[in-house]
Amino acid sequence: MTGVRVAGVGLTEFGESPERTGRELFGTAADRAFGDAGVPRDDVESLRYGNFMGELSERQGHQGPLMAETAGVRAPATRYESACASSAAALRSAVRDVRHGEEDVVLVGGAERMTNLGTAGATEALAIAADELWEVRAGMTFPGAYALMAQAYFAAYGGDREDLAAIAVKNHEHALDNELAQYQRSITVDDVLDAPPVAEPLGLYDSCPISDGASALVLVSEEYAAEHGVDAPVAVTGSGQGGDGMALQDREHLARTPAADEAAAAAYDDAGVGPDDVDFAEVHDCFTIAEALALESLDLYEVGEAIGAARRGETTRDGDLPVNLSGGLKAKGHPVGATGVSQVAEATQLLRGDHVNSDAVADAEVGVAHNAGGTVASCIVHILEVAA
Amino acid sequence: MTDNPTGARDAGYDDFLDAVETGEPYYLACPEGHGWLPPRTVCPDCGSADLSEESLPGAGEVETYTVAHVAAPSFADDAPYVTAITRFGPVRVTGLLRGVAPDDVERGLAVELAVGASETTGRRLLALDPR
Repeated sequence: MTGVRVAGVGLTEFGESPERTGRELFGTAADRAFGDAGVPRDDVESLRYGNFMGELSERQGHQGPLMAETAGVRAPATRYESACASSAAALRSAVRDVRHGEEDVVLVGGAERMTNLGTAGATEALAIAADELWEVRAGMTFPGAYALMAQAYFAAYGGDREDLAAIAVKNHEHALDNELAQYQRSITVDDVLDAPPVAEPLGLYDSCPISDGASALVLVSEEYAAEHGVDAPVAVTGSGQGGDGMALQDREHLARTPAADEAAAAAYDDAGVGPDDVDFAEVHDCFTIAEALALESLDLYEVGEAIGAARRGETTRDGDLPVNLSGGLKAKGHPVGATGVSQVAEATQLLRGDHVNSDAVADAEVGVAHNAGGTVASCIVHILEVAA
Repeated sequence: MTDNPTGARDAGYDDFLDAVETGEPYYLACPEGHGWLPPRTVCPDCGSADLSEESLPGAGEVETYTVAHVAAPSFADDAPYVTAITRFGPVRVTGLLRGVAPDDVERGLAVELAVGASETTGRRLLALDPR
């Protein structure tokens, strides 16, 4: 097996750009990734591309080859769909193939166009990641599903809306200087508590925005990097995936995410590191409660403890374990098919030292990225390390 | 009848709603004792295809709930409404909780199954009424 290096990262700004098509967004992200990598497009052996709602938002299926053309890559191209974990699924497949010597240079990324659907249309489109029969027909929305988990968490372990609000406030603070983030403004705990309710106990500011955007990575094998003199100091050393029942009602736990437990354990094992080695995390905070669930599944906190982490200042940029220095989905934005790879792009920049928030983790060697699909019926975790 | 917008009959789901309407809801049990709502051909836990229909207990209780204020278009006229996940013996059931003011819902509330309809679309749905 060979090691896998991140040669280049490319992100578009996340936000509202309904006039920009998916192909335009991904073309920009890919161009930035190639520019960062200094790797010629001709060397790319495949495109792995994540997208969730392209049929609904752009009436476009079969997006793999379309996006390869957009990126200027003549290579086999496949779209991966795993709800909000679509591009992490694309990345995982690429990591495994590069490791096994199948390919040396892979373009990985994702894009999503959502704001052109409007709030109601996007809410409906996102709901198809839940069980159509037993959840959607009963009126369950995605905020509703996470609200059900939040209530179950409060009942099982404690915590309250102010704990959740501290997570949102923290992630907005982290995004202040991230010029690609959807929101670059501070909010207060009172702003979160006073915001209109979406699905109680979650309000508008407990929820990530509806976003457009794209992300891309150029992955190369260690051998390719060495032979071609590619400066790629960050390696993807661990990849893990877990699964669970589709509907919340069929899960063993309503206040825990076993698929993420499984993904994290596999990724740590794969990388040969443990939670104590982790210097920072980028986690899937689509709703504030999701960040707490993620940190517990990543074994960075005991079950029932992560809910207060932001409020105690432990996961802020000045804390011992900064979480979502990018701003997270909450403030950076969540164009669903782009999110998983965007987390890894941000983690790579944090480890390289060229992220706007790198000073918060100046000596960091290990970062973890956690990307969840649906109500965590799918979860993919990657470990990034500064290569020795 | 079917409630599937694609025109297919969702056998397990439609049959289940029919069974709720006739007062004889059921679940599927495997020999290991795992319980599931239909449609299932195998137990997702143990893979057994030896599933039997068993009577669902008449009484359930609320395990978790939310008051939904922002709805998908197909529930626009229903909002605000309460979605609850309830426990009926060996299975959990997600439904639209009716007949209780949102502020009065609490965990442990005793409920029974019913068939309701979306105020927005008129489509049948699984409802929960206080018992």
